[in-house]
Amino acid sequence: MLAKRIIPCLDVKDGQTVKGTNFVNLRQAGDPVELGRAYSEQGADELVFLDITASHEGRKTFTDMVQRVAAEVSIPFTVGGGISELKDVEKMLSAGADKVSINSAALRNPGLIDEITYNFGSQVCVVAIDARLDEKGWTCYLNGGRIPTDRGLFEWAHEANERGAGEILFTSMNHDGVKAGFANEALARLSEELTIPIIASGGAGCMEHFRDAFAVGHADAALAASVFHFGEIGIPELKEYLRAEKINVRL
Amino acid sequence: MNVAVVKYNAGNIYSVIHALQRLGVNPILTDDPELLQKADKVLFPGQGEASNAMHYLREHGLDKVIKDLKNPILGICIGQQLMCRHSEEGDTDCLGIFDADVLRFVPQKHEDKVPHMGWNQLEGPKSELFKGFCEGEFVYFVHSFYVPVCENTIATTQYIKPFSAALHKDNFYATQFHPEKSGSVGERIIKNFLEL
Repeated sequence: MLAKRIIPCLDVKDGQTVKGTNFVNLRQAGDPVELGRAYSEQGADELVFLDITASHEGRKTFTDMVQRVAAEVSIPFTVGGGISELKDVEKMLSAGADKVSINSAALRNPGLIDEITYNFGSQVCVVAIDARLDEKGWTCYLNGGRIPTDRGLFEWAHEANERGAGEILFTSMNHDGVKAGFANEALARLSEELTIPIIASGGAGCMEHFRDAFAVGHADAALAASVFHFGEIGIPELKEYLRAEKINVRL
Repeated sequence: MNVAVVKYNAGNIYSVIHALQRLGVNPILTDDPELLQKADKVLFPGQGEASNAMHYLREHGLDKVIKDLKNPILGICIGQQLMCRHSEEGDTDCLGIFDADVLRFVPQKHEDKVPHMGWNQLEGPKSELFKGFCEGEFVYFVHSFYVPVCENTIATTQYIKPFSAALHKDNFYATQFHPEKSGSVGERIIKNFLEL
């Protein structure tokens, strides 16, 4: 049976992870490649590396890091952050990334999804959506959640699906950082309405939240950062727990 | 050990090269028939579209070279599909090494998403390729087309229906999944292949 996936997300700035870590046996705790390898050995199913660097030099460092991850890590990984056109995608894939995640660039130019899918296949194209729920419903945001748009979560997710996106990575801005669980109701609706896998993001605080994202939100994968980086949840324990809760995960 | 990787127009060939390097093997990437014939082991990996890949192989005379190899060769993903008789993808005549046709997944219910992507389990693994394997180990798949269960099947996986996760006939081996992306389980498969 196809397993539900657990995906740690690493924010990378100037070649270093920005959040603290509780891994003890690393030569360099801030090295994303070492951290990625440690997660892989613990049983992470995939990795996401997000480039949060603004400078040109930082971007070059990120590409070098992607090459090192490809050489040293034996599970699939996605890269995102600052991908705005097809040649950025090509650069990341030729550096060895398995998938790219696009966010603001897709909202600004939805045709980018078609271009990526046509050139590299839909499995390469992860469309990340940051959305916030208010009285008007779910609204998509640009630039890491700073700029609201006139697009609604569900209609945009549908369009991305139809244009050929391989997966939707949905982050609820209401839930992100609050550690009170994922946005399960919205996840369940996405999962019901779309024909591609949904990755839940934003809100993980304890192991039960992951169970609910799968059992209630029907997500195909769950992504988290701080609960893993700070060692609050270990991936082996999380997977044992999920297995006991009848969620099919890879052990 | 002298290991060759078939150079052609498919994507994702470098991840196989990296996986070999992690096992201490430095492969050559080549389309030279003589180097492919002389290698101790040959890998035929890749991701891509069947008709374009077959067109390229024929144009470069690699179709015949691969079919006539006597040394152990491992096809991966599109490599496995190209080693079959025919593929529904682009209505393509393939190499015809395995006596099976490649079909497109047809979803039967909403949960059946295509491509089949992610970690799924190997059932009934039987072959030197799976030496030391238990039932149900997880490997990583990304594909929209599949090889039905046939007499060359050496492991199956369940997705929509049971299909061939791996094939074997004489010196020809193939996996639909990506051992190079399947963590330590995948490493064991590549190691077993190198030790054949």
